[in-house]
Amino acid sequence: MPTFEYAPAPESRSVVDIKSSYGLFIDGEFVDSRGGTPFKTISPATEEVLAEVSEASEDDVDRAVAAARTAYRSWSRLTGADRGKYLFRIARIMQERAREFAVLESLDNGKPIKESRDVDVPIAAAHFFYHAGWADKLAYASLGDNPRPHGVVGQVIPWNFPLLMLAWKIAPALATGNTVVLKPAETTPLTALLFAEVCQQADLPPGVVNIITGAGTTGQALVGHEGVDKVAFTGSTAVGKAIARTIAGSRKKATLELGGKAANIVFDDAPLDQAVEGIVNGIFFNQGHVCCAGSRLLVQESIAEEVEAKLKARLATLRVGDPLDKNTDIGAINSREQLDRINTLVKVGEEEGAVRWAPECELPANGFWFRPTVFTGVSQTHRIAQEEIFGPVLSVLTFRTPGEAVAKANNTPYGLSAGIWTEKGSRILWMADQLKAGVVWANTFNKFDPASPFGGYKESGYGREGGRHGLSAYVTTGATK
Amino acid sequence: MSTDTAVPATTATDAAERAREILGVSRLTNRALTSWLHGLPGVDQVGAEARAASLGTRSIKTTSKAWAIDTAISMIDLTTLEGADTPGRVRGLATRALTPDPSDLSTPRPAAVCVYGDMVGHAKDVLGDSGVKVAAVATAFPSGRASMAVKLADTADAVSAGADEIDMVIDRGAFLSGDYLTVFDQIVAVKEACGGARLKVIMETGELVTYDNVRRASYLSMLAGGDFIKTSTGKVQPAATLPVTLIMLQAVRDWRALTGQMVGVKPAGGIRTSKDAIKFLVTVHEVAGEDWLDNHWFRFGASSLLNDLLLQRQKVSTGAYSGADYIADDSPSLY
Repeated sequence: MPTFEYAPAPESRSVVDIKSSYGLFIDGEFVDSRGGTPFKTISPATEEVLAEVSEASEDDVDRAVAAARTAYRSWSRLTGADRGKYLFRIARIMQERAREFAVLESLDNGKPIKESRDVDVPIAAAHFFYHAGWADKLAYASLGDNPRPHGVVGQVIPWNFPLLMLAWKIAPALATGNTVVLKPAETTPLTALLFAEVCQQADLPPGVVNIITGAGTTGQALVGHEGVDKVAFTGSTAVGKAIARTIAGSRKKATLELGGKAANIVFDDAPLDQAVEGIVNGIFFNQGHVCCAGSRLLVQESIAEEVEAKLKARLATLRVGDPLDKNTDIGAINSREQLDRINTLVKVGEEEGAVRWAPECELPANGFWFRPTVFTGVSQTHRIAQEEIFGPVLSVLTFRTPGEAVAKANNTPYGLSAGIWTEKGSRILWMADQLKAGVVWANTFNKFDPASPFGGYKESGYGREGGRHGLSAYVTTGATK
Repeated sequence: MSTDTAVPATTATDAAERAREILGVSRLTNRALTSWLHGLPGVDQVGAEARAASLGTRSIKTTSKAWAIDTAISMIDLTTLEGADTPGRVRGLATRALTPDPSDLSTPRPAAVCVYGDMVGHAKDVLGDSGVKVAAVATAFPSGRASMAVKLADTADAVSAGADEIDMVIDRGAFLSGDYLTVFDQIVAVKEACGGARLKVIMETGELVTYDNVRRASYLSMLAGGDFIKTSTGKVQPAATLPVTLIMLQAVRDWRALTGQMVGVKPAGGIRTSKDAIKFLVTVHEVAGEDWLDNHWFRFGASSLLNDLLLQRQKVSTGAYSGADYIADDSPSLY
């Protein structure tokens, strides 16, 4: 009997026009760096060089912050309705150019096109639509008396959701009347640079949004810059702590969205087939490069074997490979550095005695790849149960009672998200109350909506993004001094 | 092909004994059935529908599309179930099953022709030993509202006229009122009346409404010895949706893990385009597994689907769309 092979179904690359080199987007124009060393951005699926990108020097950061400061004077005085018009325009252009954004994101980041097409780009546009609606209603958003912008916001975003994190940062900042200098991650700058073109297309006043590319040094220069009034950062806990130290004692406000080691908790009365989907979506979505990933599966002992069997059968159907193929479920690891980190921690897991399992699947010869991997027999003291791996690696632990599940779920320095799977409504409410996590999903996982605040407890950071809570991070309230 | 799985029970005594063994009870009561069926894991509606939708986004192109189209054609139960059916129309349909595309004789034949019981003889006359089966709906189809004696006579009549397969309906009223034992007993009795004919159990999922009910009805039908579980009569909306079929495919997959036996699945009603049919095949492939990608274990109950599959098949082989005038159709609508 012939089997059902899926022939390649690649999304066309011709929709994107990648330039050979990019400047910095400062004051509404692409300009050359003053003294930065250019660097290359590659496709992690093939290691092919996509473009050369400028590194912003301290001088460039100065220029960008100055441009944002100048723009702030008029942007902050626009009526909310007028700011909203620009945001609506940006949102519509993002929708019109959705395919371009999706292909470029998959090329530069390595994520499957079905995710960039169905998740990243539509939700990014939704954030602009959502915040466009708030722009003229801030006085009625219960933010406090006389809500007004901070000034110039310095924003540093990670490589796992390059465009979506940009939207989370820029949309609320502009809606509230701030101006922005944003630095995308050094491995994924291209969609941010395409967004800069969208700002031009939308006739956004020069300097309201400035995009500067570069690595850690550029990011440090930005968050430490004297002209920056507020810092918003998404990334690792280590860098988040460094930022908090840098700005301590200054006037700068900060929101930090850092790492996580979320527990996905499955009770014996859960809808099992959907729970298995939720586990898969929780840790293998975006190759596990998700700060709120459900990297620890806590499953009730009485159903552990059944869930493990179902999970392994399901993982065998995942398709790993070309991110641009519409049937790919798991794409490439974003960088060699990240792949090395995953390999290191997985080796540690094996040495500590956990049992490693991965389905048979062929991996492409070039690029950075890692099979979806499950560790069973993991205990709370294993490093793979404590440290954020940020890759497609799931640690399976068990529990016996709801109390034990809560204790294990909370026994981590992180507290970003958690998932609960049970058909019992009262247990969902009780668990959500006990879990020290900023986001708790019930019978689902990794669902994002602009109206829903997102953020962490403990070492997962502070401040919220999205919803009214997210707006409040971009305004100051009370009497004007 | 794995047709060598154990033959399901054919006598009422065998069926009851097997059911007691699977449930681990000494007497098969409604209470025992209830606690077993209600002990199955629940189905989360939102999650199940999201999974079906994501399977529907698979992109099936070129060679895999050609394979899928031929496979889908070979899985059709070509159906006419109208009060206005005549021997002539049924003969036309059966003739079409033998040569679905007279312009391309490499086109596979549908699996069966599905008709009312009184039309079985006419279909059989045309199909003979061609390998295309004759399926008959029975048991007071589509409502099932008749006495057991009538339902059994209806079944026996179709079988004696030469039906290879019987499509029965369950008593949805009994199911919804929690009288699972009645549903079980009726399926067992019809199965016995089928003799060597394969039994498809129509659950009429549109009237069961919840996915939990669909899962329970699937297990109950398999426990009673159904060879196939089938979504719908085609007379009630919604009929064969992708999420409902997903739940049933999970049920047959899990049933095989439990008992070692394979049971077939037949979505029927509302599948009209090749694109839809391919979504179902993807779901069969990724949920139940490739063992079910065979017309012994998976069928489409459909009438107009064949037209679109043939149109797409011509497109794949010639590179251009022809049109309705190039699809020979012996069973156009009366209206």
